[in-house]
Amino acid sequence: MPLKHVNAVVVGSGAGGGVVAKELATRGLSVVLLERGKWYTPFDDRKDDLRNQRTCVLGNSFGPDDRNPRVYVDSSGHEYVVPSTHWAYSNNAACVGGGTLSYGAMAWRFMEDDFRLRTKYGQVDGSTLEDWPIAYSDLEPYYEKAEWEIGVSGDDSNNVFRAPRKRPLPMPPLSPNRDFQILEPAAKRLGLHPFHIPMLRNSVPYNGRGACMRCRWCVGYACEVSAKCGTQNTVIPQAIATGNCELRTECIAREVMTDDRGKVLGIAYYDSSGRLRKQTSDLVIVSCSAVESARLLLNSRSRVFPNGLGNRYDWVGRNLQGHSYTGAAGLFEQETYDDLGPGASVAICDFNHNNPGFVAGGLLANEFIKSPYQFAQLGGEGVPRWGAVHKEFMRHYFRRNMGVMGPMQEMPVFDSRVQVDPKVKDAWGIPVARISGHRHQNDLLGTNFMRAKAEAWLKEAGAIKTIPFRWMSLDTPSGGQHQAGTCRMGNDPQTSVVDKFCRVHDVDNLYVIDGSVHPNNGGFNPVLTIMAVAYYASDNLVKTWKGTHGRG
Amino acid sequence: MELSFRLNRRAFLQAAVAATAAAGTGVACGKNGTPWRFFSIDEARCLASICDQIIPPDQDQGAAWAGVVHYIDLQLCGPYENLCATYRLGLAAVDKTSRASYGKVFAEVDATQQIELLSMLEQGKAKAEIWKGVSSSEFFGYLLDHIMQGFYGDPRHGGNREGMSWKMVGLEYPPIRGRIRSDRPKELPR
Repeated sequence: MPLKHVNAVVVGSGAGGGVVAKELATRGLSVVLLERGKWYTPFDDRKDDLRNQRTCVLGNSFGPDDRNPRVYVDSSGHEYVVPSTHWAYSNNAACVGGGTLSYGAMAWRFMEDDFRLRTKYGQVDGSTLEDWPIAYSDLEPYYEKAEWEIGVSGDDSNNVFRAPRKRPLPMPPLSPNRDFQILEPAAKRLGLHPFHIPMLRNSVPYNGRGACMRCRWCVGYACEVSAKCGTQNTVIPQAIATGNCELRTECIAREVMTDDRGKVLGIAYYDSSGRLRKQTSDLVIVSCSAVESARLLLNSRSRVFPNGLGNRYDWVGRNLQGHSYTGAAGLFEQETYDDLGPGASVAICDFNHNNPGFVAGGLLANEFIKSPYQFAQLGGEGVPRWGAVHKEFMRHYFRRNMGVMGPMQEMPVFDSRVQVDPKVKDAWGIPVARISGHRHQNDLLGTNFMRAKAEAWLKEAGAIKTIPFRWMSLDTPSGGQHQAGTCRMGNDPQTSVVDKFCRVHDVDNLYVIDGSVHPNNGGFNPVLTIMAVAYYASDNLVKTWKGTHGRG
Repeated sequence: MELSFRLNRRAFLQAAVAATAAAGTGVACGKNGTPWRFFSIDEARCLASICDQIIPPDQDQGAAWAGVVHYIDLQLCGPYENLCATYRLGLAAVDKTSRASYGKVFAEVDATQQIELLSMLEQGKAKAEIWKGVSSSEFFGYLLDHIMQGFYGDPRHGGNREGMSWKMVGLEYPPIRGRIRSDRPKELPR
């Protein structure tokens, strides 16, 4: 029996897709929301420091599982088939809520300059850096909507660099932990501007859910008391409550179906029992995050679109970005560990822009609570990696250390890309994503600069020794949980994939709404921007939608 | 399996000495006539000695007591199945390297020599002809990471016996969750 035709199919229920489903459903459109993973509750999540979404040495808790491998091509051209727990896989959780179920939940607005980097810094050699086709002011109302509908706590009033906001955050920050009490005055002594990190986390009861209980199992885990705000406990239940949205889990999108004239007809997908289904719709919204969105478009080939949808000029899958993280750990004489989760509490935006010798920059913030295993990996740079001295280091410093780190805004690189592999297929017979590329020299300059600033901050705070984090490698592509950039938003169809309303240039009724559309990814965790863009694009979609296209 | 989990270090070493032959020549898990899922008696003995140099006993127990051999044995029959061959080759090569340098297997040489040998592996300076299937630095990387996991990770995976490493670093064990913590900032020590 054919499935009932609907107005819109949204593929992917993460930060982007969850918001889109709710916006369309509340405005009266019939919506099917497809999700490849399951709908987990916090009770499905064992608090396991070796098997979670952050530290997945024994597996991840929210997928994807082994049925969807990827191919990674290294800088010398060797190909590897990698499982989802491998660093090169660029994993993002596969479940209702996507990454927002288990994220750390920092809720950053990008700065005004982040939308006009090309204008501010000029052309950057070796990079496809370009301004966004929209300005911060276009997104401001939607940032506010995301903050109030999904729920953000914090206080950025002391952040003199922040973009202007019309309304304050809906919830106050959590009470300061010890890191905050030590790092905040130290930053002030250095003439910096520390403030409480905005977080998608209830600090007080909000939206019918309780407040954070300050446990140590935060980033990488589902929240036991549902105080962490993701799409799975906010907009998706709201979408379903309208009666207009049907959520179908464990559904694997195979391709976007098109007709002979190039119009999108709907989605072909495998349902939870493995049966191929065809869901027709007036609109298709692809929200699978940067790697999988590109893969779905590239796998949707037809006579009209021989290279995949939206790929007439070979831009789909290009400019894969994420963040190059850097920073340092500081060792202290006094105890700094107070076991008050989530841990991350204080940040500065003094180094996001206008730094000497390189383009852009990034925020710096203290780290989330580390597990002993995470701390054990800190060896190197004057600390032995093993043996009696390492054990003594663990025993003495586990409660006497703080980390400061941050995401460097990366320069988009045309050759860092997602393709579909010609040989390897997933368990459903769909060609898998093939990831290759490298980072830009500017990312190295930026991380070196930020690392030095992190060390200086920790030393001012009283660190007797700092251990720098040197995680960045120019030879490997970026991506990961902050993946973005593969379906760039732009005005010129020859150098971008979607227009400024997230509609694919040469296809009327196909949208990409997730981090893929970011021309660049900010010096910030991108989730609030993904949500804001989703509110913004959905708003325009509904306003310009003229009913069923030619179907009466 | 229950049996080997309950064996303490001394009993384990006695079992190792009492064993007449090393079983388990195939690179897979299954019944191999030892207390282990994957390891032979000799392999387990070698690995236990490595464990106690990577995280040696001092005022707190070391990695062998904490059950790290058991942890790795379990994971090799689970998520680390693809590393079975690497462990078989690697542990044999550790003993071979030890014999070549000191005339005895790794478990029988003294602590200084064990540390010297492990440092050699870490820096990739071990004799290449002994390390053909896997490089010594790569195998050392696995050993180091897996021993840290087994010692500092969650006890539910077979290591970190009685949560000893968490108690050692000053974390409450078992961890208490599901309670509302005091929301009042704690006083800074002056």
